[in-house]
Parts: sequence; C-alpha cells; structure tokens
Amino acid sequence: MSINVKNIHKQFGEFTALDDISLDFPSGELVALLGPSGCGKTTLLRIIAGLEQADQGDIILDGENASNTHVRDRQVGFVFQHYALFKHMTIFDNVAFGLRMKPKAQRPSESKIREKVFSLLQLVQLDWLADRFPAQLSGGQRQRIALARALAVEPRVLLLDEPFGALDAKVRKELRRWLRKLHDELHITSIFVTHDQEEALEVADRVVLMDHGKVEQVGTPEAVYNHPQTPFVYSFLGSVNVFHGRAEQEHLQVGNEQLRHHNDSYGHSKDVFAFARPHEIKIVDNNHHEGVSARISRVLSFGIETKVELDGLNGTHYEVHLSQQQRQAQSLYIGQEVKLVPSALALFPRELETSAQAQRLSEQQG
Amino acid sequence: MNTLRQFSVLPGFGLSLGYTLVYLSLIVLVPISAVFIFTSQLSLSEYWQVVTSPRVMASYQLSFGTSFLAAGINAVFGVLLAWCLVRYSFPGKRIVDALIDLPFALPTAVAGIALTALYAQNGWLGQIIEGYFGIKVAFTPIGILIALVFIGLPFVVRTVQPVLEEIDTELEEAASSLGASRWQACRYVVLPVLLPAIMTGFALAFARAVGEYGSVIFIAGNIPMVSEITPLMIISKLEQYDYTGATAIASVMLIVSFILLLLINLLQSWTAKQTGRNA
Repeated sequence: MSINVKNIHKQFGEFTALDDISLDFPSGELVALLGPSGCGKTTLLRIIAGLEQADQGDIILDGENASNTHVRDRQVGFVFQHYALFKHMTIFDNVAFGLRMKPKAQRPSESKIREKVFSLLQLVQLDWLADRFPAQLSGGQRQRIALARALAVEPRVLLLDEPFGALDAKVRKELRRWLRKLHDELHITSIFVTHDQEEALEVADRVVLMDHGKVEQVGTPEAVYNHPQTPFVYSFLGSVNVFHGRAEQEHLQVGNEQLRHHNDSYGHSKDVFAFARPHEIKIVDNNHHEGVSARISRVLSFGIETKVELDGLNGTHYEVHLSQQQRQAQSLYIGQEVKLVPSALALFPRELETSAQAQRLSEQQG
Repeated sequence: MNTLRQFSVLPGFGLSLGYTLVYLSLIVLVPISAVFIFTSQLSLSEYWQVVTSPRVMASYQLSFGTSFLAAGINAVFGVLLAWCLVRYSFPGKRIVDALIDLPFALPTAVAGIALTALYAQNGWLGQIIEGYFGIKVAFTPIGILIALVFIGLPFVVRTVQPVLEEIDTELEEAASSLGASRWQACRYVVLPVLLPAIMTGFALAFARAVGEYGSVIFIAGNIPMVSEITPLMIISKLEQYDYTGATAIASVMLIVSFILLLLINLLQSWTAKQTGRNA
C-alpha cells in the first residue's frame, strides 16, 4: 500500500519539528528515514502511524485521506525502539493480542489464533519461546517478537522506530540482514527510522535524509551516497573532509594555499565548502606546489585500507584512506609535515547555508 | 549454617538481621503476644462466651464488612485519582496532590466531628441526602462507611501512583496500534500491571479501617446491634474494667485481620506468578 505525506507541519511550542514535509512512499518498498537525533524523523513516523497529530497537512494511505483516522483503524504495524512488549503476558499472548482485541464478529476462533501465532513465531524463528515471558528474552529476540506481534493483525504498512537502536552491534547487524530478508518475503510497505547511516544504506530500497524538520535528499542508497545534493548529506553519509575556501576560476583558495577543482560553474570569487571523501585525497610531500598543509597525527594500518589522521593548520582535522599499495609506496610517520591534494572536490556555496548548519559542519570537523 | 557464613559483598547480614528481629519483637511481637497472654486468663468457655456474645458478633460483622467495602471503594476511586494525577497536568495539580495526604495528617477525631457535622440530620449534606433520598447517613453504618473511605483514601493513591508513573505510554500506544480500543488497552495492558499495587493499597486501607476508632466513633452513633464497631466494644469493656474481656475481643480482631492480610498477600503473589513477574 502506498503512503503519501502532504505538506505536513508540526510544531512543539517554539520548536518546529516538521516543516512542510511532502513525501511519497510507493507500495512494497522498504524506506529509511535517516537523520541526526532531533531532525523530526520519529515525529514524522508517529504522525504517519496516527500516534501523533500534525498541525497541518495530510496523510494519504492507499489513496484515502487518513489524517483523521484513529491509529487503531489505520491498520499500521508499529514497532517501538524499546519493544513495548506486554510484560505480564507470555510471548504467545503478546503476539495473539491484536487478534484477540478484534470485535467479536471479526475475531478468529481460538484455534485459528493459535495457528496464526505459531506461523508468525516460526517466521521470526522463535516458536520455541511461546510460553516464556518477555523478561526472559534477549533484546534481539524481543524485537523479533515485537515485529511478529505487529504483523499478526496483517497491517497494510509496517512502521519501525529505531528498531535496532537498543541492541548491541553484532545483534544489530544480524537483525538488519534478517529484516531485509523478511521484507523481501512479505513485500509489505515499510518505513524505518534510524540515525545510523550504515544501517539505512544497507537495508533500505530508498533513503530519505532529514535535518531540522526538512527533507534534504531522497534517493537510492547509491544515489545519496555517490551524489549528495547538499552539504548536510555530504557530511552525514560517511566520513568526509571539509575545506573552507574561496572558489576562483580554476582553483580553490584555502588560506594561503591552493587546490585545483574541476567545477566550471564557480566563475567568480565565492565562499564555498569543498568536500572530499577520505579515499579521494592523496598525501604528497610538503614541498609540492599545490595542496593543503597538514601534519600526520596517527597512522592506523589494519584491514584493507590504511587510515591516516592528520591535523590541519588551524585546528581542522582530516582523514585519508590509502590502499596498502599506496601505503607501501610512501613512507609516512607520525609528526610528518605533508600536503593533501584531493582528486575530486564537491563545492557548495556557503551563503546558502544557515549559520546553524555552518556551525555544525565546523563542529563535526573539529 | 554454612549459607549464612558465606562471603558476601553486602556484609553485616548477621548484625542487621539481629537488629531487625529485636526491633520487630520489641515494637510488634511483644505487645501483640501480651494480648494473648492476658486473654489466656480466661477459660476457653468464658472466652467463647465473651467473643460470641450477640452485640460483639454484630460489631464484627459491621467492622469487617464496612472496612472491606470502604477499602473496595477506595481501590476504585483511588486508582482514578492516581490516574488523573499521573497522566494529566492541570492547574492546581500540586495542591490536589498534597490534599490527598490530608486524611493521614488530620487527627481522626477532628475528621469524625467534621463528618458528623456535615452528615447529621441538620448538617449541609445530611439535610440534602435525607431530604431528597430519604437516606440517613450519620449514626448508621453508611456514616461509618464514609468515615472509613475518608481515612483509607491515601493508601490506595500513594501505592498506585508510583507504579502508574512507571508504566510507559508506549505500551498503550502499542495496544492501540494493534487495534485495541481505549477500554481494552486499559483493561488488558494497564490494569494487570497495576493490580499488585491496587491490592497492596486495598490491604493497607482495609487494615487501617479495621483498626480505626477516632473518626468513626462520632458519626457512628454507637447504637447497640446497629452501629457499634468492634474497637468500641473493646473500649466499653475497658471502661467497665473488664481487661480480659477487652483483650479477648482484641485477640479475635488480630486473628481475623492477620488471616485476611495473609490471604491478600497470597493472592498477590499468585497474580504475580500468573503474570510472569517472578520469572
């Protein structure tokens, strides 16, 4: 079932949680709402579910305006970050809850309920825990039960609020893969909220990036990672190096130093942010005519890549990833003065940015 | 004795257990056993005669009956009050919250006099109730019930309130997202979690009501066979210098109260087991 969000606005006192959000979630897709905490992603999810009311705008479920439909009639499955399992009920009763709450005319017989609950417990591979209580389960198991419980009422949409947020790294990774597999089997339109970019990129069909109550970019994981459209997306997805400078015809002036860029649209002197991913930067000798000076502070050479951390002149911090071949061709030591030459630079004019965003960018960098 | 001598990160087990036992003996067990020792001066048949005399029997029925009913009424309305205080914010909430403890603080005789003045035939409320409904409140068991409800209220509110604060609204949200109506969410999700606290509050209010004397004595009117509570029977025996008779009745009250409280405790641990709390 498709979900359309139209011009949603939500205010909490002085704070604007959602500012004129419009989004379309096509049928059968698994979409991630990604952003830092406080960006409004959970509020949006709760408004779609009907747990929260928007100040303005409409939620269209399957072509029908559901803005004034109560949550219990919206047929949405909602999974909470902290599971929200009913502690006083067994796992079986938890999963059966939605079926047993149906009005008498629609309620299946107890044997039908039993059948359904066990098929769901098998789906989440936990049928052997039916008689236990939630307190006896691990975090990962609880979240799978919460999912089974939400699926029991055959929701038209599945909404997951930071479903793996309370789990440790290993279980989180396992469940992530499992959720993706489950979605491929069920094809139920799903939206999940996360602040973990890796999680969003790995699991979702499409990613919606949000910041400060606004949508920054929507696209496939490849698209948003490879072609970020705003400085926020650039800095939020993966690690990135930022150069503050002035763009001229051919080069970027960073302090007293110059970097070449290949962007023709910056004819005049313009203040810009320039972004380069860690693998898009070369380390060269400091007598090189081009590049930004830095001093190596750490060299981490385990894994496939070598990570080099550097300190810039005015307290900025850089990170460069080198392949093992590059690493071996070069002698690098801590304290060495070098210059950094980016092979690609993405430029964003600085005047477009609000001061708050600019400040956050420089904070991330420092 | 090996288990008691094991190493523990919480030392002082022996000392604190010893202190607890001595303290409990001095404060609770010795006075209570004195009741039974005094009583034992009576022969069994004398004892039986005292504790089953018709006026005393009527007083048991009245005392335990009205106490039970009052605790039940408090359990219902105390939960409602606690719900309002926890879930909603409204102007003057802090004042209402403080008012709840007033029955604790007020000398019970003051409460009794105030209630009697209100509900007497010529009192504000008494006039209205008797005028419109033809029900006499003061000097009847209904008056006793009102006094017991008054003094028992804080027990339920104060035991339920913290538990209710602990309940995450997420649980109710989860219930309604699964299609449960508001009533179903309260009945199947909130109430089972609250039940042990409600039962504790009920037990406390009941225990308090059984032993209550000061506030009841004015509004009850103390008509033999109609509105005499058991504590009054004990006092009247004392006034006749019949100490053993007084302790005999007291021993019956003690035993019945103990059995009832024990039953409530058992019921509580049974529900806890049913709902997986001990698991």
